[in-house]
Amino acid sequence: MRAPSETAAGETLLAVEAVSLSFGGVKALTDVSFDIRRGEIRAIIGPNGAGKTSMLNVVNGFYHPNTGRITFKGTTRPKMRPHEAARGGIARTFQNVALFRGMTALDNIMAGRTLKMHRGFFWQLLRHGPAMAEEVEHRRKVEDIIDFLEIAHIRKVPVGRLPYGLQKRVELGRALAMEPELLLLDEPMAGMNLEEKEDMSRFIVDLNDQFGTSIALIEHDMGVVMDLSDRVVVLEYGHKIADGTPDEVKGDQKVIDAYLGVAH
Amino acid sequence: MLYREAGQFKESYAADMAIFPIRQDRIGLAIILVAAFVGVPLAASDFVLAVVMVPLLIFALAAIGLNILTGYTGLLSLGTGGFMGVGAFACYKLTTAFPDLNIVVCILTSGVVASAVGAVFGLPSLRIKGFYLAVATLSAQFFLDWCFVRIPWLVNHNVSGAIEVPIRTLFGVAVTGPNASPQVRYLVILAIVTFLTWIASNLLHGRVGRSFMAVRDMDIAAELIGIKLYQTKLLAFAVSSYYCGVAGALMVFLWYGSAEPAVFGIDQSFLILFMVIIGCLGSLVGSFFGAALIYGLPIALRNGLGALGLQIPAATVEHLTLMTVGGLIVLFLIIEPHGLARLWQIGKQKLRVWPFPY
Amino acid sequence: MNLLYAIFIDPFVQMGGAPDLLVQTLWEGLVAGVLYALIALGFVLIFKASGVFNFAQGIMVVFAALTLVGLHEKGVPAFLALAMTIAVMYGLAFAVERLMLRPLVNQPDIILFMATFGLTYFLIGLGELVFGGNPKVMIADALFLPKGAIEFKFAGGFVSLQKIDIAAAVIASIMVVALATFFQVTRIGRALRAVADSHKAALSVGISLEQIWVIVWFAAGVVALTTGIMWGARSEVSFSLQIVSLKALPVLILGGFTSIPGAIVGGLIIGIGEKIGEFYWGPLLGSGIESWLAYFIALVFLLFRPQGLFGEKIIERI
Repeated sequence: MRAPSETAAGETLLAVEAVSLSFGGVKALTDVSFDIRRGEIRAIIGPNGAGKTSMLNVVNGFYHPNTGRITFKGTTRPKMRPHEAARGGIARTFQNVALFRGMTALDNIMAGRTLKMHRGFFWQLLRHGPAMAEEVEHRRKVEDIIDFLEIAHIRKVPVGRLPYGLQKRVELGRALAMEPELLLLDEPMAGMNLEEKEDMSRFIVDLNDQFGTSIALIEHDMGVVMDLSDRVVVLEYGHKIADGTPDEVKGDQKVIDAYLGVAH
Repeated sequence: MLYREAGQFKESYAADMAIFPIRQDRIGLAIILVAAFVGVPLAASDFVLAVVMVPLLIFALAAIGLNILTGYTGLLSLGTGGFMGVGAFACYKLTTAFPDLNIVVCILTSGVVASAVGAVFGLPSLRIKGFYLAVATLSAQFFLDWCFVRIPWLVNHNVSGAIEVPIRTLFGVAVTGPNASPQVRYLVILAIVTFLTWIASNLLHGRVGRSFMAVRDMDIAAELIGIKLYQTKLLAFAVSSYYCGVAGALMVFLWYGSAEPAVFGIDQSFLILFMVIIGCLGSLVGSFFGAALIYGLPIALRNGLGALGLQIPAATVEHLTLMTVGGLIVLFLIIEPHGLARLWQIGKQKLRVWPFPY
Repeated sequence: MNLLYAIFIDPFVQMGGAPDLLVQTLWEGLVAGVLYALIALGFVLIFKASGVFNFAQGIMVVFAALTLVGLHEKGVPAFLALAMTIAVMYGLAFAVERLMLRPLVNQPDIILFMATFGLTYFLIGLGELVFGGNPKVMIADALFLPKGAIEFKFAGGFVSLQKIDIAAAVIASIMVVALATFFQVTRIGRALRAVADSHKAALSVGISLEQIWVIVWFAAGVVALTTGIMWGARSEVSFSLQIVSLKALPVLILGGFTSIPGAIVGGLIIGIGEKIGEFYWGPLLGSGIESWLAYFIALVFLLFRPQGLFGEKIIERI
């Protein structure tokens, strides 16, 4: 458990209000509200199929909620495309790694800089002068990320050939390259062994401390969630059943029921 | 011991980001360029230049075009022939409307027209992908075919309905028309192809190239890092069609000398697609390999069987070629889906660590 | 104004003025549509069971017809030639499974799609090598297919229906019903549907994928043969049919890749749409628009309903 004082004071970065989402007849989310404050690590937990990933998909514009409002950085947005969310400063990683498999680790992370690169098409054709200078400048930033994530040795390897744990790291690197204000991490530690989990936890805490990035984190490992997060929201069958600090949530009867099952 | 990179340290990111970071590769490239620009025109016979080298370079250029779209951006197109045709007809209209305009300028400009047409026919790619898009590009192919036949304005109302290439000169030397020597035609084509390959390589190694590949590998993730899908896809169509258009213009003006609309039919589209598949999806050098194999195979078969003393009718050779090409495509997809360029890579890798296996 | 009139009013005036011509054109479209639908049907069979977008279906039509006629030319009696052609189509299905599908299993769909391009070229080369590249005449008489036409009076004019076209429509209907029954009732049909739903799940309950693939490719081969006979009897047997057979692709877009009713309805819409379009609107553009009209109909349709007429709505997941 981290000291709450360092983050709890932040203003509200993202507010989700009464969001509902359904596919055909299936309700994925029902009337969910929560907020993320600037600089905090916010965990979203819940049993399988609780709607956690759907929640992230709504936040970064991949799904559009049927009802409800989402306010990010003070503006309530109408329907937003994912690339607009990216422009606004939301980055994310995926449950099943969504890297560009044919590209090297370096190119994947460089691709994350796309939005920050402005040299026009005709300079790109030459790849000299300003275009090259821009490439080099961004390469330097990308190398910082590569150092931070300790993946220098694999930078020229096509990511399709990397082991799972490293792929997850490259994906995190790509998200970081966008210099996001809000980072959505969908099970960043799924399928990892203990050592890898420790590494990944360290990266998450470090980047939260160093860059002040706000993080929304989906994770199944309760130990990790309790250690890392400032506040936790709990979903079950698309409903929010609890919201609070890790300790509050841990003691909540509904949460215990959801995880352990209720005797009827 | 020749192919070693030990001791070559890169001291800047720019050096590491060069397209050929290894010194031997740069030397190799220089040797190839010298051979192509000086050696080949001096050594090769007129026949080899006109019948082998000229077509090969033109096909390679068209294959690069399709490769940008299909190999790099992952959008399968069956409309290549049509886009090549647009380039050829545009070039014809340009050079007959402005007879004094430099022919090379005409050829390079005609690509712009093809590029615009390509972008228009790329519009469906915003809504659909995969097989559906392939079928949608067929509509481009058949529609353009129809236009070439039905709009006499495109061929200046020639009775033959074909493009009849006028004589154009460059620095006083005939470049097009019956009097243009194979050497001159070869050199002009080589210069254009080399230049455009360099441009393509620049583009694909930078931000734009990364966006293309991101869309190819996972379009959803690409959108989530801020890449606009529609912009990227249309750009890919435009760039790709530019290359196809220039290749089409070169094909008619510097190779065929005259061309009926049938030249730009669906068969041409398939031929170029096969070159890209066999060469390597997503590799520039592969486009050259693919063109060499697919175009060279019938020639090699014909001459090879002739050399063996077998008298085989031309039609049979053609059928055998079709079978071999078809078989090779399946074979390549099975044993090496990354095509000839991948074999080339593996070869280089082996050479780099030789005599050790790893 | 004149242009608008020519586009929006004139063709309909023509239709009303000469209903016999309209009926004739509709019939022509219907027949073309049946044949498109048949090609599309062979395609849907393969796509459903193996997920392969079989570009070579059109060529299989020509190849089957060519084999039949070629064998007959070499002196084999018509019905023996028919049996032998069916055997050849089985051999083809077997070879395709062994040499192409099995080594490519688990590859991305697009790779398999491109492999069928290879198959297309291979079959063109093989067919021409063995039977020669000249157009041939379908042995309609020897197979006791009807010929001639029925003419009847209609609204002051004559409408003429080719008997072979009627036969084609009837045979096509029988085949569709037979295939549907086969899918619904038999054990193999059930296995086929299981495979179509999920390869992995089917494997895990002990269905042999290899066997299923041979069966569907063979079934598609038989459908191709039927199509080839009907089409060959209307025109001639040659590889120029390849271009016509590509029309099955817009049909598929319209009908969805996995729906047999979709293939039929799509085929009819495309067939009738392009004949009507060519006859009434073609002259405005200088005719010949049949070559691309089908693709445009499909394309416009695609923009509004990307999943096809009978396809299910695709929900993207990440």
